[in-house]
This record gives sequence, C-alpha cells and structure tokens, in this order.
Amino acid sequence: MKRMGPRLAAAAAFLVMAGACGSSSGGTVATDVGITSNQILLGNTISQTGAAAAYGTIANAENAYFTYINSKGGINGRKIKFVILDDAYNPAQTVPLTKQLVEQNQVFAMFSGLGTQDQTSVRDYLNTQKVPQLFVATGATTFGKDFNSNKWTLGWQPPYQGESHIYAKDVLQNHPNAKIGVLYQNDDYGQDYLKGLIDGLGDKASTMIVDKESYDVTSASPASQLAILHAKGADTVFVFAIPKPTIQSLAIITGLHWAPTIYVNSVSNVATYMKLAEKSGAKIDGAISVGYIKDPTDPQWTNDDGMKLYRQVIANCSTCDANNGFNIYGVAVAYTMVDVLTQAGSNLSRANVMKIASSQLNETNPFLLPGITVTTTSGDHFPIMQEQVIQWTGDAWHLQGSIINERGTIK
Amino acid sequence: MDEFLQQVLSGIAAGGIYASLALALVLIYNAMGLVNFAQGEMAMFATFLAFTLIGHGISYWIALPVTIAIAFIGGIVIQRIVIRPVERAPVLTLVIVTLGLATLINGLAGFFFGYLPRSFPSPFSVQTVDILGAAASWQDLGVMAVSGVVLVLVFFMLQRTSVGLAMRAAAHNPEASRLLGIRVSWMLALGWGLASAVGAVSGIMVAPILYLEPNMMQTVIIYAFAAAVLGGIESPLGAVIGGLIVGVTVNLAGTYLPGVGGDLQLAVAFAIIIAVLVIRPNGLLGRRAMRRA
Amino acid sequence: MRFVGRAPRRYWLIALGVIVFAGLPTQVTSFQSLEWAEVLIFAIVIMGLNLLIGYSGQISLGHGAFMAVGAYTTAILVHRYHVEYLVTIPIAGLLTGLVGFFLGIPALRLSPLYLALATFALAVITPSLIKRPENLTQGTQGILLPPQQPPDWASSTFAAVTGGPAMTSDQWLYYLCFIAAIILFWVAWNVVRRRPGRALMAIRDGEVAAAASGVNVAGYKTLAFGLSAFYAGVAGALYALATGFVSPDTFPVSLSFQLLVGAVIGGLGSIAGPLFGGIFTFWLPIISSQFVQTQDWIPDQVASVFKNAGPAVTYGALLILIMIFAPNGLAGLILSAYARLRSRLRGVGERTSGQLPPDPQTV
Repeated sequence: MKRMGPRLAAAAAFLVMAGACGSSSGGTVATDVGITSNQILLGNTISQTGAAAAYGTIANAENAYFTYINSKGGINGRKIKFVILDDAYNPAQTVPLTKQLVEQNQVFAMFSGLGTQDQTSVRDYLNTQKVPQLFVATGATTFGKDFNSNKWTLGWQPPYQGESHIYAKDVLQNHPNAKIGVLYQNDDYGQDYLKGLIDGLGDKASTMIVDKESYDVTSASPASQLAILHAKGADTVFVFAIPKPTIQSLAIITGLHWAPTIYVNSVSNVATYMKLAEKSGAKIDGAISVGYIKDPTDPQWTNDDGMKLYRQVIANCSTCDANNGFNIYGVAVAYTMVDVLTQAGSNLSRANVMKIASSQLNETNPFLLPGITVTTTSGDHFPIMQEQVIQWTGDAWHLQGSIINERGTIK
Repeated sequence: MDEFLQQVLSGIAAGGIYASLALALVLIYNAMGLVNFAQGEMAMFATFLAFTLIGHGISYWIALPVTIAIAFIGGIVIQRIVIRPVERAPVLTLVIVTLGLATLINGLAGFFFGYLPRSFPSPFSVQTVDILGAAASWQDLGVMAVSGVVLVLVFFMLQRTSVGLAMRAAAHNPEASRLLGIRVSWMLALGWGLASAVGAVSGIMVAPILYLEPNMMQTVIIYAFAAAVLGGIESPLGAVIGGLIVGVTVNLAGTYLPGVGGDLQLAVAFAIIIAVLVIRPNGLLGRRAMRRA
Repeated sequence: MRFVGRAPRRYWLIALGVIVFAGLPTQVTSFQSLEWAEVLIFAIVIMGLNLLIGYSGQISLGHGAFMAVGAYTTAILVHRYHVEYLVTIPIAGLLTGLVGFFLGIPALRLSPLYLALATFALAVITPSLIKRPENLTQGTQGILLPPQQPPDWASSTFAAVTGGPAMTSDQWLYYLCFIAAIILFWVAWNVVRRRPGRALMAIRDGEVAAAASGVNVAGYKTLAFGLSAFYAGVAGALYALATGFVSPDTFPVSLSFQLLVGAVIGGLGSIAGPLFGGIFTFWLPIISSQFVQTQDWIPDQVASVFKNAGPAVTYGALLILIMIFAPNGLAGLILSAYARLRSRLRGVGERTSGQLPPDPQTV
C-alpha cells in the first residue's frame, strides 16, 4: 500500500532538505522546488465529488488554459503541470492532500484552492513552509484582509464583503426607504456577505433590515424562511446562498405573490441558473447583482476577442460546458497565474513569484469586464476590487452604470 | 395568522415531497423488513433517465410511464444481483449493501450527468393559488395529489390483492410462506421493483421543485425516514400522514420556537425520529411490535 | 469466533506488528508518517465500533458524531482554555464516553434497524449541531490548532536513532497515535477475553438467553455504547491534532459511513480487523482517486473515467462485492485462508466456523 519504498523515501527526504536549503541548479537561472528545466509543477485541491462537486469544473477549466499555454511553448520554455486533488469540500481531507502536494509531489505553489474552510485549514501550514497559496478560489474577505499575518496567501476574486458594500451603496442610493429581508446561508460564505451588508449600511442597518433568516444546506428548500421574510414586510430581499437554493428562492418568492427587489450574489448569478429559475416560474426582471467577469451567454461579447479566446481555450476541456460561468472564472484566474509566472522571468523562485503576485500585479485580463484590472501593491493585496452592477432584464444580465471601485474600503 | 397559515401550507407542500419518497421506503419494508438506504438515489437516477428521454424529444407523458417501467425492472434487477446473495445475512450486512448501493448510484449519476442542477418539466403549472390568504403552487398541490394517488394504489395492492398478501407474508415469515407455495425470492424482487417504481414517481414529481442533480434526494431522505418512522414503517397511510406532520412541524418549529432557526430543520426531524422511536416505536399507525421476544 | 492458531504464534505476530509500527517513521517520510497516523486513528475508532457492533451486536451509523465530540473537546480546551494538549486527549475520551453511555440508554429500546436509522440521522445533523453554539465552537469558522512540537527528549532520541534530522511534529503525532492505539488495543483485548467480552458476546448471540443466564443486558449494552464512544472520542482528539483544524464540515455523514464500512470490511468480531479497517478507510479514497492517474500505462480516457467516477463508484461497488463474497471482512478472509492452508498442510479438515452467527434480532 505504500507507494514509495524506503530508498525513494530517503531520496524524497533529501529533496525536501535540498529544496529547503534553496539550492539552485546553477548558472544565472534561479529555480526552486517544483521547477525543473522544462516544467513548473502547480498543486490544487478542490471539491470534485460530494455536495460541492459543481465547483469542480473550475480546476478543469484552469487546466484547459494551462494546456493552451503549453501548446504555445509554455512559459519561458517550461510547461505547466497541474495536479488537481479532490478534497470533497472537507478540510480534514484538504490538510493531508495539501501536505502531500507540498512534501511528496513537491509542487512549486498551491494554486486556486477552493473553499473557505478548506483553505483556512492549510493556510498556517503553507505559510510556515513558505509555499505560495495563490489566488484561492473563495471570496472570503480574510484572505486579503489578513495578508500581513499570512504573507504567502493571496486571494483573487472580489471579497464577499466588498460585494455587499456595493449592494449597500445601491440600496442606500436607489431604495433609501427599503425594508430589507436577508436570507443567508449559515456558513462563512453567507455570514461574510451579511457582515458586508451590515457594515455597508452603517447606522441605517438596524432600521433598514427588518429580518434575517439563516438557511442550512441540508434543508430541502428555503420556503419557510422566505415566508417569514414576506410576513415581516420586507420589500427588498438579499439572497446570500449558493446556486440551488438561490434558484429555489427566486421561484418561491414569485410563488408567494411577492415582488420585492431581489439582490442575487455573484456566486449564484450565473445566467444558466437565472434561466432555470425563470423556467420554474420565477419573475426575476429587475433582479440586481454584480459582475466582474464576462458572461459567456451574454451576446454582447460574441465578437469580443477575450471571449473568442475563452472559447478556444475551453475546448481543451472535454467535460467543461463553455456556457458555465464557473469555467470562464477558471480561465481568468489561470491567466493571472500565467501572467505572474511569466513576469518572474528567469527568477522563478517562490519568494519572487509571491512578491510579484502580492505587490506588483497590474494586469488587464481579457476575460474580465473592460475597465477592471487585476492590481496589487505593497499596501493593497486584494487583486480584484472592482465590480459593476448588473440587472436582469428580459433574458440576460445588463451592465448598469459604470465600474465601482471598492479599493481601500476593507481594512 | 396569515404567516401561520403560510408556514402550515408550505409545510404541507414539503410534506408531500417527503411522503412520496417515504411510500417507497414503506414498500421495501413491507417486502423485506429492511429500510433501503439507496431509495433516494434510485429515485434520482430514474428521474435522470426520464430527463434523458425527454431531452431526446420524447414527450413527457410517454417518458413518464417508460421511466416507471424501467425503474420497476431496474429494481428487480438490483434485487436479483445485489440483494439476493445477502438475503439471509444479518441486518448489518444488508444495511451496508444498501449504503454501498447508494454511493455507487450517486457516483454513477454524477459521472454520467454532471453536477449542474437541471430544470425538470412538471405537468402542473407553476402558478400559485390562494388558499385562505396563503399561497401554494399547483406544483406543490400536484405532488400531494400524486402522493395520494400512489398511496391508494399501494394500499390497495398491499392490503387487497393476493399478490400484496403474498409479499407481506414472505416478509414476515419466509419459512412458512415457502411451505405455502409462495415464491419468497420473487416476492422480494417484486417488492423492490414496486418500490423502485414508486421512487421514480417521487423523483419525477419533486425534481421540478428541488432541481435535478445527483444530490437532489439527499436533502429529502432523512425527512422521508422521519415520515416513515413517525407513521409506522409498514403503513403506507402512515407514511403520508407522517410526511405531512414532519413537514408542518419542521416549519412551525423553525418559525415559532425560540432558538430553533431555519438552519436546524434537520435537527427537528431527527428529534421527531428519536421521540417517536422512544415513546411509540410502532409509530402512529404501525401495528407490529418492533422487537421479537 | 475461534482464533486459528496456537496462542504463542499469535503473540509473535502481535509483537512483530508492534515492532513494525514502532519503527515506521524511521523508514518513511514525515508526510507518510502522518498518513499512517491517520490510519491508526481510524483503527482506534474502528476498534471501538468493533466492540459495539461485533461484540455487543448494536449498530451505529453515527460514530462520526462521537469523533466530533472528542475533536471539539480537544480543540476548545486547547484553543480557548489553553489546556495542555496531551491532557485533553483522555478528557475528550471520557467526555465522549459519557455522551455515548447516555445515548446508549434510549438506544436500548431500538431494534437494530431503527438504531441504524437513528444513528444515521445523528450523523447527518452533526454539522448543523456543531454550528449552533457559535461562541463555543466558532461555528463555521472552525478552530485552528497549531502543530505540536515533539519534546526535546523524543526529538533527540529520534535523531540519534535515525542519524538524521530531528523529529517533526507529524512524526511525533504518529507516535502519540501509536501509543494510544497500543493502549486501547490492549484494553479492548482484555475486555473481549474476560467477563465483559463474554457477556457482550452472549448478548449478541441471544439476548433472552443471556438475560436468563443472569447477564445484565441493559447495563452491558449501554456500557458497550459508552466504551465505543470513548474510543471514538480519543480518536477524535487525535484527529483534531493531526489535521490541525476542526470545523463542521470536517465531520460529514460520509465519515460515519466510512467508519462503519471500515469496521465491517476489516472484519467484525476480530481483533485484527480494526487495523485492516483503518488501512482500508484511509487508503481506498486516495488510491481510487489518485493512483490510477499516475499509472502511465493506463490510457487517458480510462484513467479519467476512473478518476471522475472512481471514488464513489469504486467504493460502492467494492462494498457490495465484499459484503457478498467476504461478509466477515478482510480479517475473516485472511483467517479462513490461513485455516484452509493449515488444514491442507495437515491433511485434516479443520472446522472453523468463520461465519458471524446470524443476528437473531433481524426484524
């Protein structure tokens, strides 16, 4: 059952020690663990089975982009090898799998690990081992906010609290007398959104929010909670839940003969899901959300160069549905990863890559909405802090107003 | 009062969902004295088959009976291949086999169909109707109605036909039944086939509400167990009544009991299971004592 | 179930096993020591589960919940009250044992099937129950536990023995698990061989007869529950230390299921079973999701099918097959194979009843 015999084990131990000493392969080329003359080894943990399996396609999309880059010669002559391990959204699995990737597979960096609890569980370890934990696939605010105590960890997507700040601004501006009801998932994700909303509303929070109801993913449907919000007189509803309960909520709200202003969060606003809700009778015209990535189902991007590149790239993944918003997310974040590795040039060390990613990013990403940049500086470690309000009318999301900048709002 | 009525009504709607799956559990129990932990997964898989058929252009009203027939045969096949070799094994072995079956079917569904939720057509309109100020959708009512129809059919078959009698006899006392000329093994297969068919109906009815994906039934199965246990695990009527009570109680507890929020709905269902098992192990309508002296 | 082989041989085997496991960290990497530590952790839970199911005949589909109690006890004591982590392990065990004992009381009234249902439901609601008392458990944020550095004496001994680097925290944890496993194995062995074990087996084989013989059926059954919970609690504490993180999502229902499966596949009612069970529980998911991919000789399409469908389908299929063909688990298989070999060598047909007696409480 042991995969390595004693001799191999000794060799591995030697490699670990050698790596820890930071030996280089000689010459002016600085290398590091996980880097060979023709390969960069990246590691990833994500849920590909179990309740959160729907997110698993993200890693496959990322791999599709790496395949595309490899087909064009790789990065400075090195191809990317991407090892994806399934942690079934269980942090108790993320820990040994991550340790395996670091200590046994000897990856150069961990990339786009998914899940707030899961990535939190390995954050201390990776920082102690000085292995980059790059561009974690979660909007939990802590991953950008706590950079100073975790200098090897970086997020990528806009933090949930920042998103809620935008919702709060929108409500204060356009519906200042709203009576707000919140349906939130009782986990870190839902609670993060809720906190951002309350903070964003400031003093008005206690008067505007008439009720908040929590919801557990083990429930069959949030009908009961929504009925309570309705009974308490809310005319504005925030749904901080993952896709399936969000779709259910939209249908249930219409079914209650209730027509509040609905805010949908960015994790669940994928057009495919919205259309599913409509098919079930939900009336969601006027629903509000924010976006930062181009939507593959939005006809305005059909002839856009970035979207064309996306479609070309995603063809590398046989199991990926090109219209699934999760997949363009994967390609977009992989683009940033490749950008960082390219910028490192011949100084391909963990420290240098981390420095570039956390303080020298200044990227225009072809898959993000025009005007949004991926930027980090020595004082700001949230790569993406711009989003645009979108509203669902007719059959699609439509961009409203202009890009909102949230930089500096999260201390 | 409006809110109370709404909670009751949506509780009844949810209860219909639980009842429909609980009926399948009751059928298996009547056939072999065992609860099938894979019932929900089998129902989900059958619904995916229907989804595939409809996706190939077959009309809903043809796909429906075809799927039920396939599910019936599938249930028999599973019984013959997987269950029969361990028929006389202790309860624990059977429990593990059905758990293994559940895992297997869930994995297969994920592999063949992916994890994105899909919408599933419903013969009932999504419009809602006002009942005394509270809203219920035709779909919810439809689930209730179909469960009622299935209940009547199941009850009739089990209690009023000789086949049903033979099935129940085979489950209660296999040896004596054999002496009477009952082909016990095939009665078990029949029970599995019927349960699978009822499960398919359940899946097809609830998929429009829960959205079709491999983990669809996992939020339902515990509530279905609670419903079956509460009603008396061998009584189909008990399953339906149990489902309604579970649905309503869970909603009311979440709304009105301090400290119990929407997130503890499942815990309430669990509390129901425990309370019933400790206070009245036969459930509301069960007859047999659960422990043989 | 008769142990095949004369006593001295058995003791040699055990001694060999102890030596192998004691020396393991010196031969494998630090990470692999962590892996084997987790194998031992599962083996400990399964030992407890074995006492409950294999010896007292009660089913539990909810031992993940007991692990959670033990794990959170340690996590909260260490994180919030700054208790020395070693001390928390027995505390976690005792607390969980008490919980198990009290849960065993209503369990007395349930038939095996209903007990399975009730414990299954318990496993399902465990994550939501953990989330509730947020002040205590930190809810979904979870509790982070820093790695435990080995004490100096252990570290320098290890370095002296291996002639290499000092002991890592993972290796130290391995030894903690190893010592716990040995102690708890010894306890289980004694329970089984002496009066409590015989009482439990008598209860398992026929409650009425046991009661008629003067066995305190209720007392022993609740004791079995409490004892198996104690084991799960200790294992849970070690699990928290090994992973370094506890949160509601680390105790999903699948954990309880895996433990039960590990117990059955390892072999119920046998002493070696839990170790096989632990090995199976830990390694199967890893092998089925990773191993196939690394084999270059398997074509990509087949490998990806296996990987995507792999874990769940393999797991389920394997379970069913083992239940059909080897209901006494791996230990039973090995023992009966050994028996057949011996009888062949001796030329005498040896009658071993390797079958678990039928459960008389089948509903």
